[in-house]
Amino acid sequence: MTDWPILSFVTFLPLAGVLMLLLTNENSVAGRRNILNISLFTTLAVFVLSLIVWWSFDKSNPGFQMVEKHAWLGTGISYHLGIDGISVLFVVLSAFLMPFCVLASWISVEKRLKQYMIAFLLLEVFMIGVFVSLDIVLFYVFFEAGLIPMFIIIGVWGGKDRVYASYKFFLYTLLGSVLMLLAIMAMYWQAGTTDIAELLAYQFPRQMQTWLWLAFFASFAVKMPMWPVHTWLPDAHVQAPTAGSVILAGVLLKLGGYGFLRFSLPMFPLASEYFAPFVFTLSVVAIIYTSLVAMMQSDIKKLIAYSSVAHMGYVTMGIFAANTQGVQGAIFQMLSHGIVSGALFLCVGVVYDRTHTREISAYGGLVNNMPKYAVAFMVFTMANVGLPGTSGFVGEITVLVGAFRANTWVAFFATTGVILSACYALWLYRRVIFGALDKDSLKSLLDLSGREKALLYPLIVLTIFFGVYPAPVFDATAASVDVLVNNYTAAVQAAHDVALSAK
Amino acid sequence: MNTIIQAIVFLPLIGFLIAGLFGTSIGAKASEYVTSGFMIIVAVLSWIVFFDVAIGETEMIKVTVMRWVQSGSFDAEWAFRVDTLTAVMFVVVNTVSCLVHIYSIGYMHHDANRPRFFAYLSLFTFAMLMLVTSDNLLQMFFGWEGVGLASYLLIGFWYKKPSATAAAMKAFIVNRVGDFGFALGIFGVFVLFGSISFETIFATAATYLPAEGAHEGGEAVITLFGMHLDKAHAVTAICLLLFMGAMGKSAQFLLHTWLPDAMEGPTPVSALIHAATMVTAGVFLVARMSPLFELSHTALMVVTVVGAITAFFAATVGLVQNDIKRVIAYSTCSQLGYMFVALGTGAYGAGIFHLFTHAFFKALLFLCAGSVIHAVDGEQDMRYMGGLRKHIKWTFAMMMVGTLAITGVGIPFSGIGLAGFISKDIIIESAYAAHSPVAGFAFTLLVIAACFTSFYSWRLIFMTFYGKPRASHEVMHHVHESPMVMLVPLFILGIGAVFAGMVFEGRFFGHEYAEFWQGALFTGPENEILEHFHHVPALVALSPFIAMILGFVTAWYMYIRSPETPKYLANQHRGLYQFLLNKWYFDELYDFLFVRPAKRIGTFLWKEGDGRVIDGYGPNGIAARVMDVTDRVVRLQTGYLYHYAFVMLIGIAALVTWMMLGSSF
Repeated sequence: MTDWPILSFVTFLPLAGVLMLLLTNENSVAGRRNILNISLFTTLAVFVLSLIVWWSFDKSNPGFQMVEKHAWLGTGISYHLGIDGISVLFVVLSAFLMPFCVLASWISVEKRLKQYMIAFLLLEVFMIGVFVSLDIVLFYVFFEAGLIPMFIIIGVWGGKDRVYASYKFFLYTLLGSVLMLLAIMAMYWQAGTTDIAELLAYQFPRQMQTWLWLAFFASFAVKMPMWPVHTWLPDAHVQAPTAGSVILAGVLLKLGGYGFLRFSLPMFPLASEYFAPFVFTLSVVAIIYTSLVAMMQSDIKKLIAYSSVAHMGYVTMGIFAANTQGVQGAIFQMLSHGIVSGALFLCVGVVYDRTHTREISAYGGLVNNMPKYAVAFMVFTMANVGLPGTSGFVGEITVLVGAFRANTWVAFFATTGVILSACYALWLYRRVIFGALDKDSLKSLLDLSGREKALLYPLIVLTIFFGVYPAPVFDATAASVDVLVNNYTAAVQAAHDVALSAK
Repeated sequence: MNTIIQAIVFLPLIGFLIAGLFGTSIGAKASEYVTSGFMIIVAVLSWIVFFDVAIGETEMIKVTVMRWVQSGSFDAEWAFRVDTLTAVMFVVVNTVSCLVHIYSIGYMHHDANRPRFFAYLSLFTFAMLMLVTSDNLLQMFFGWEGVGLASYLLIGFWYKKPSATAAAMKAFIVNRVGDFGFALGIFGVFVLFGSISFETIFATAATYLPAEGAHEGGEAVITLFGMHLDKAHAVTAICLLLFMGAMGKSAQFLLHTWLPDAMEGPTPVSALIHAATMVTAGVFLVARMSPLFELSHTALMVVTVVGAITAFFAATVGLVQNDIKRVIAYSTCSQLGYMFVALGTGAYGAGIFHLFTHAFFKALLFLCAGSVIHAVDGEQDMRYMGGLRKHIKWTFAMMMVGTLAITGVGIPFSGIGLAGFISKDIIIESAYAAHSPVAGFAFTLLVIAACFTSFYSWRLIFMTFYGKPRASHEVMHHVHESPMVMLVPLFILGIGAVFAGMVFEGRFFGHEYAEFWQGALFTGPENEILEHFHHVPALVALSPFIAMILGFVTAWYMYIRSPETPKYLANQHRGLYQFLLNKWYFDELYDFLFVRPAKRIGTFLWKEGDGRVIDGYGPNGIAARVMDVTDRVVRLQTGYLYHYAFVMLIGIAALVTWMMLGSSF
């Protein structure tokens, strides 16, 4: 399988779809259908390819696999791709969510469908590119370029305050990007390479680690998003079209976590250890603060957006607990959140398409005429709450174990999240789904259509499957995480030994 | 045997899937028959397992199903571990569940959503079985929260009623407060013992504490919430965290508020979940973890005190409630307190024994109450009942059996009596005999609670079945006995309520203790409660009997002889009456302490924290500054994207140029 550049195929196959889309014309019904079919087919093909990648991935090998490397412009920068246990599943997740985005936009996107789909396919290229890049410049290009289609999706197809939302998104990310670029230049200056594999082996001086860590942190923290740089997310979600929200929550929020795992923790272990209490504090604040804020939201999408911030708090906490459970749990939590929050936004989309409002108070009693929808929403609500048997639980509990090993206070405060998440999620469910069907505007709503079933049912199956049998994920990540954690521990230990012997 | 155990656990799951997924297509009748049919099979199989594992020679059966969470040494698999304790729970859960399924065919036959109801009942049974068969703490947590989910769904079954959905939410969230402690306890166990599987924990626990005489304390093994704890203290802390979970699930004092509200669910649900099975999960947890609790006297003392306070507190509230189901709910809460006192004094067998007998008579009481409610057209307020004795004779007879059992009627010193007489007396005697500083306290409260139990149980009988009918003429005209499908389960439970105590006493907490439990309940070497409780003074042994008589006579006087007395007393002691009627004002207190502040803080953080501070000084602030300078809003609003792309491209270009230059040197 390694004799053909499968990673390049996975990454750039959507461009073939883009080319075909450019040839279509959306001014007729048939043209519109062509656009949708091409997009769906392309994304499905990419997903199948990504499954092949997962299937041929050797999970006992902790290093990079399916590597492709070509020098580029003789600059020292190279076109270097490869995956390991940390990145492989993110490739699959990105490719998996795209067909759902296409399906979710089937009817709801009425204008400029062609451009919309092109934006999504480009977004897919950039997202997958981030996860397979093994050159830091390449990574940076994909990482930053991915935001452009997202700006466009929010800014063109978004709600009525879309301009403010994407402006906010822009301001936050700009600062992080500039700092990260500076850090990359500094790393190149110091280590003389932009190759991630080589950088992973390079030991940066302690002082420098601190600065580099902070620069990367600025960028990743915004993407996560961590408290207090999270306020762009609720606005972006509220304004984004449903599919945009799915990708935003499902994949783009994972870029930060992936960055921490790929760069901060292994390349700057001493700084990571030094800043861990700081990250813990922000994570715990995020969990409690945003859960409380989520509880009081009046807009369904905002509520789910705030709950995403809380869930990402678990991720950062797990990563910087820097033990096996913490890191594996964080990866699992990211993947699970990708599925669950994506599904929750799809659920919002289902009713938004019917009523064109996201106000919680406009709903109530949907279970009466939309029982299937009520079941689907219940499953995802419970997964969001972290009920055992759903994927949400597995990630959350593993992260918490890791955090407890690192610091019991952190685990204590983070575990209050299990109470708070039940409060906001069940309260939302009660107000939207339960009750008598009194509101006239809701009485004529129909239950899930065939297309919507195709969207939600596979996600229900996956949510429960990974909650009951999470082994495929743990197996794929185990070897690479072990190496990551061991190297980190060794580096920290060595520094302590040096410090002790110096005394 | 392995297949039987798998069948016991998975048949309810299959029943749930069939009724849940295909209920609307196969119809209500088919859903009822499939789920109930499965439950009959499961109940029969449970008794087979009980006779094999508990009564017979088999010590323990373990069935591994598949892997679950496995991250480093944090390893939990799906497995069934069946020892005597599990076998007892099998019998309790599946017998009651089976009878409740059958009863519900009659009780729910007007409801349009029957497939959903039966699916939930089977889902609950499955989750409960996962809980009791778990061989590690994580699977137990799965069952633990799974029953919580089923309870949530069933309390909110009539989702059109706002009170029902509110109660469902409350049950889930209050349980989550307990689960918060439980989860931390699991983490603590993992850190201390390096595993969450019972086998490893129990094996390590046996020799965990340094032998006595070894130097005091020892090294700190864990830093928990800033405290450096040595082994003994660490075990205490972890037991208390686990107990917090038990308090939530078993509705103990402070975390009890959800249970009375849970009565919003259909009555069969109250019988199954909120009386016989789910709420006893906390008792099961402590009994299961007895090897750990035995290591910590402090933890056991806390268990005793909380149990005793609950027994007393819930009984006081039960005295004045008017809703027939709420009286029984508070009675459940109180009886759970008894069980915890038994556990706390080291008499684990007695605690489980009471769990076992209580399941029969409490399920009986609830199902009878359901039958009464069914008869009077959905009325639950006892003030609108009365005089039903002659109209629903069978229900009345069975309710009497339940009442005789719960109040503890029997012949002192003879070993003859109804279920509650035997098991409750053992607990009260154990509380007296225990070598615990809180034994006297617990004993006193339990005896008072026994008196109250008798009073409110007889009050319920007298208000419902005796006196003049207070229901409208219309309702009284339609009063009818329930159909056989509802009565037969009552008869079976009635048999249990009469005989369960006498038949099983020797095995649960008597001469055959060791052969019966086969080590499933662990008792430390200095725990000799099994010996001591036989040698309590005669007056102590007689005290629950006296309390029972006292309660009966008072109830008889106040509700038969002189019905004016209760009103007079209530007016005379207005404050006390209101205090009890409003359940010691716990709901109001929690609303004031937690609910409203949480909402206020949430709003504050949203509007002030996010809105004014972060956005105000962050993006909006920057925007405002930029606008001040340029005063050209339009350009700003449309230009940002190009700014971004521009900055990025310039950056990349600069980087590449610089590297090309750099590499040419």
